[in-house]
Amino acid sequence: MLHFELVTPEKLVRSEDVYMVTVPGTEGDFGVLEHHAPVMSTIRDGALSIYRTEKGEPELLAIRGGFAEVNDKGLTILAEHVG
Amino acid sequence: MASLKALKIRIGSVKSTQKITKAMKMVAAAKLRRAQEAAVAGRPYAERLEAVMARLASKVTVSESSPKLLAGTGKDDVHMIVVATSERGLAGAFNTNIVRAARKKAEELERNGKTVKFYLAGKKGRVLKRFYPTQVAADYELGGIKKVAFSDAQGLAEDLIARFEAGEFDIAHLFYAKFQSALVQIPTGMQIIPVALPEGAATASTGMAAVEYEPDEEAILADLLPRNIAIQIFRAMLENAASEQGSRMNAMDNATRNAGDMINRLSIQYNRTRQAAITTELVEIISGAEAL
Repeated sequence: MLHFELVTPEKLVRSEDVYMVTVPGTEGDFGVLEHHAPVMSTIRDGALSIYRTEKGEPELLAIRGGFAEVNDKGLTILAEHVG
Repeated sequence: MASLKALKIRIGSVKSTQKITKAMKMVAAAKLRRAQEAAVAGRPYAERLEAVMARLASKVTVSESSPKLLAGTGKDDVHMIVVATSERGLAGAFNTNIVRAARKKAEELERNGKTVKFYLAGKKGRVLKRFYPTQVAADYELGGIKKVAFSDAQGLAEDLIARFEAGEFDIAHLFYAKFQSALVQIPTGMQIIPVALPEGAATASTGMAAVEYEPDEEAILADLLPRNIAIQIFRAMLENAASEQGSRMNAMDNATRNAGDMINRLSIQYNRTRQAAITTELVEIISGAEAL
């Protein structure tokens, strides 16, 4: 499972293990699964799709002013506004 | 000697003042708890952003072409001092301490021949207008804010950055009160523009696998720099909010205690005066009876 964290300046919004997250990067969307190579990317305003399970329906979460970092610990999204 | 009636009125008024200060203390205590929670909740974002900035800083070398927010304007003639204070008084020496720290810095800079401007965030910083009537560049309106939101800090940061880009100043400092405990708040000043990147990060990141950057390090850094300033201001505002309530709680606790002392003193005086009056009356009656 991929460890996924969504943080805003006001609080830690999510910290959970999920199957996959698709991130709207400035240079195109990208999906992050477990053991993804380390990436840092800016994010355009858009929606994150969070897949809890492989087959399940994604949960959409609109974010603004974001930044994504993938490292060995998982995916961290820093966003200024969520929802 | 005050009359009995005057004393009684005085005691009544001190009592009602005590009731108010006691209530204010309790309100401040409740608000302090909430402000502390907000400050703690804001920590994860700041920590992660700082880690990312540190990692980027080790990759990017500061040069002429670097963003101005990082490299500076190449001068340090005009200093902008951002003074974050509260909107309300009755918080002990909270605002005074911040303003004093800012003035000290301003005097030091002026001695070194720099130009100093002030950027006020919070109503209680307006006393600076008295000392530096021509140097207050802006007075950012924060009134009516109940709970500090990131958008407030962002608005301030955007305004500040716009002024920086317009060449209004070269270096910006931020003054606020750092929250240490409910009893101790430390007036602190720090430089926010140009951004001081954390040092010693290079060693920490060498152990990491090669990181891919999208679009590239410099573009990411340029994107994150303004955000970093907003975050620093936001954190200062959160700390300030907690400090303000801590300081007020303290001041009101002292005021309540002083009012209690005063009531005791006045009550003793009241009782003595009353007894003296009774004694005089008795002496009059007895001497009157003896004279018969």
